[in-house]
Amino acid sequence: MRVGSRFSQSWAKGRKWQRRAASLIYLLPLAFLALFYFYPLTEIFSLSLAPQGKLDLAPFRTIFTAPYYVRVLGFTTGQALLSTLLTLLAGMPAAYAFARYDFRGKSLLRALTTVPFVMPTMVVAAAFTALLGPKGHLNAWLVAALGLDSPPLHLQHTLALVLIAHVFYNATIVVRLVGGFWANLDPRVEEAARVLGAGRWQTFREVTLPILLPSIIAASLLVFLFCFTSFGVILVLGGPQLTTIEVEIYYQAVPLFHLPLAAALSIGQMAFTFAIMAVYTRMQAQAAVPLNLRPIQATQRRLPSLRRGSLRSHSPRPCPLTLPRHTGTARSGQAGQVERGGQVWRAHLTVWGSVGGLLVLLLAPLLALIDHSFSLEGTYTLRYYKALFTNPLQSYFYVPPAEAIRNSLLVAGATVALSLVIGLISAHLLTGPSDPLKTILDPLFMLPLGTSAVTLGFGYIIALDQPPLNLRASPLLLPLAHSLVAFPFVVRSLLPVLRGMNPHWREAAGILGASPPRVVREIDLPIVARALLVGAVFAFTVSMGEFGATLLIARPNFPTMPIVIYRLLGTQGALNQGQGLAMSTLLMIVCAVGFLLIERFRVGEIGEF
Amino acid sequence: MALLEVISVSKLFAGSPVLYDVSFHTDEGEIVCLLGPSGCGKTTLLRIVAGLETADRGRMSFDGHPLDNVPVHHRGFGLMFQDYALFPHKDVVANVAFGLRMQALPQLQVEARVAEMLTLVGLAGYEHRRVYDLSGGEQQRVALARSLAPGPRLLMLDEPLGSLDRALREELMNELRAILKRVGVTAIYVTHDQQEAFAVADRVIIMDRGHIVQQGTPRAVYRHPASPWVAHFLGLTNLIPARVVSLDPLQVETPLGRFTLQEAESVATGQQVTLLIRPEAAHLVAGYPDEGSVLVEGMVRECSFRGSHYRLLIQHEAGLDLVFKLIPNATHLPQPGEPVALALRSGAISLLVEEPR
Repeated sequence: MRVGSRFSQSWAKGRKWQRRAASLIYLLPLAFLALFYFYPLTEIFSLSLAPQGKLDLAPFRTIFTAPYYVRVLGFTTGQALLSTLLTLLAGMPAAYAFARYDFRGKSLLRALTTVPFVMPTMVVAAAFTALLGPKGHLNAWLVAALGLDSPPLHLQHTLALVLIAHVFYNATIVVRLVGGFWANLDPRVEEAARVLGAGRWQTFREVTLPILLPSIIAASLLVFLFCFTSFGVILVLGGPQLTTIEVEIYYQAVPLFHLPLAAALSIGQMAFTFAIMAVYTRMQAQAAVPLNLRPIQATQRRLPSLRRGSLRSHSPRPCPLTLPRHTGTARSGQAGQVERGGQVWRAHLTVWGSVGGLLVLLLAPLLALIDHSFSLEGTYTLRYYKALFTNPLQSYFYVPPAEAIRNSLLVAGATVALSLVIGLISAHLLTGPSDPLKTILDPLFMLPLGTSAVTLGFGYIIALDQPPLNLRASPLLLPLAHSLVAFPFVVRSLLPVLRGMNPHWREAAGILGASPPRVVREIDLPIVARALLVGAVFAFTVSMGEFGATLLIARPNFPTMPIVIYRLLGTQGALNQGQGLAMSTLLMIVCAVGFLLIERFRVGEIGEF
Repeated sequence: MALLEVISVSKLFAGSPVLYDVSFHTDEGEIVCLLGPSGCGKTTLLRIVAGLETADRGRMSFDGHPLDNVPVHHRGFGLMFQDYALFPHKDVVANVAFGLRMQALPQLQVEARVAEMLTLVGLAGYEHRRVYDLSGGEQQRVALARSLAPGPRLLMLDEPLGSLDRALREELMNELRAILKRVGVTAIYVTHDQQEAFAVADRVIIMDRGHIVQQGTPRAVYRHPASPWVAHFLGLTNLIPARVVSLDPLQVETPLGRFTLQEAESVATGQQVTLLIRPEAAHLVAGYPDEGSVLVEGMVRECSFRGSHYRLLIQHEAGLDLVFKLIPNATHLPQPGEPVALALRSGAISLLVEEPR
């Protein structure tokens, strides 16, 4: 009998103390949000509403009346709408193919469609320059193929290029959100419509589409939001003529230093994005309503082989491919076989046409980027990479580009540590039985995701470089900003695992003799470890690629990789451009590896939007 | 000598009581079953004994030592959860070895004990299987091995067969009792299934809405339910309001007529009581009843085949529904709408001296 009353009393006391300490720890994420999110935002508010200390709505009047700003607002909305529409068109066929067919290499191909989403904007900008720019692959190929004198495509600084880049970025949202919902949709609902006499198109219009609609709207809203606040893509690919609100905030805040105007723009944009976010969360909740959802195994057909032998074989079971079961399979003889053969071809065309087409669109720019970073006047070379480590005399940079790699790694490391601590505490705070406080905290922790990076950086500039909190020269400023963007990802990675923790596991361990610290070591940590790793990689990748906030707050002599890429791409000269592409390739590899790690280790629904 | 003693334990959840003044004990080597419908507080009581919850009032002692301030990991008890709570990141061996490792036993001893336990539950050869690849019955055995491995002086089982299908449950019920008895462990077994309780327990404690309403051997509890509620919970549904009309012989007046009872009860003339008619104690008669048995007449409303017996629902002309289990034999099977006469064996009826709730 291991009963000791002396011990038990001290244990009871210890527990009370622990509880008090635990509630103090919970204040940490709240303090973090208050200081580094809400405080900068309120500074923006006061700056725009009362620039000289008293209420002055002139900046707001300007942005809503001056023709220039009305045009900016119109362009921002228009390009976001167009981008959303195009993204839907590009993503829906692949979403269908991924949802309804099972084929070899599917999970890999699906993962590949997500790669662009994790690419830093500067990498995407560089990749499209490499593919579609004046000296890009497509132009070079067209010149060679058609025997032209000059490159036929002039996409640099056009809306078309911006739209293509946005499709590139966001197609995976449609594939994942709509496709994920579609994959669990019971095909018997559609079959019921077919049996009742609806044609293929009628079934889609009357049954499938209405059921999918919440998820389509949710995906559209998200894509719209991302395009509406797009920054790096517009800044580099759009050039000086194309300006969104986000880019305008940057111009007003940094080169022009019209802070009240920038603040007014920030607030206008924030109000708009929060409205969209609110609609999105409602739509997502609706999309999550289980409408006859079935396990994926039950909703998918195997893509049959194209070999003739398999077409001829008479299977007693209904062919898994044929959607209209009442045609074809029941029949025998020549006609039925021909029809089946045609359907097999059609299925292959559907799958490879949609998935293959999308993948070409998504991977071509990245491959072009790699290729371009190694080629100089038709031959392969490592020159650009070597040049990253030297500081040529003509350069006006403060540091050799390679130093940016070190800076990025330092910042990313600090971001990982910071966001893991904050994220772990936040996620822990959100698990357990639900109460009113948690229903407020959950969206609160997601707020930074809906705030534009440029606004955030702008807020830091005006709030954190003056007393009471002067961090202007602090090396922590960048990791703080990056952690704010990254910790919601950490929370999302951890929540499913923490929520899936069976409380009985801990209790069972306790009954079997494990002390509370031992329970943490034996049960909690090993189970949460993978999710923590995923969160860490998310934070690392986010920090490595962060551009908008960094551009505003990074000290000139402490640039990160995306900043250096931006500077290099914006500078004339083949060597500068080449170095930019080389740096982009390195950054792309880092983010792609990070993404692969996330895909490898993620558990359940982690990382969904 | 009682090993575990629970004295006047009460527990509130969010202001409403889930356990009122509960007292019971277990003897060394005894299997005690806490039986009651879901929500009666039996699992809460178990968790209080385990140390996972604390009682608001009352005290507990184990082997003469007070238990109330001993933290859960120092009690040296075992608990088998309804969902087994197997550690998902550990294989079968690591699950079973966990409690032994917590005792810091040498590796060789741990291995030997784990092997012994796996043999005991019939899982030798499953050592390095992942627990999630096991069937429900296999998981149940791993959970049992895990909770028995450290040699707990008290083993608690919370609906251990609750998530298994019927056939498997039947099989494991008997095996579980055999294993517990072979090990000789003192056990508290929580279930809502009276068949399971009767098959496994030495003693049954019946609970209703936070109260202990009856304790006793399975046989005694079934023979003499303490109240109409207990009778109803045990599946004895033929409960008829009655009034004592004479004491010697003991006779009661009911809507079905007058009944004479053999067993003596401490009642007074004119007292309202409940008459219990056991469903298995009737047979169809064609004409007059045998000497010493009672006749019940009524109209057949349902007659359904249940394998080992027929379930016959009849309605008495007084409006009472009565259920009987008939052993199928060659005689004519009554059809719905047909009038029937059933003879009740002596001892098939008893009195419950408490108002129906």
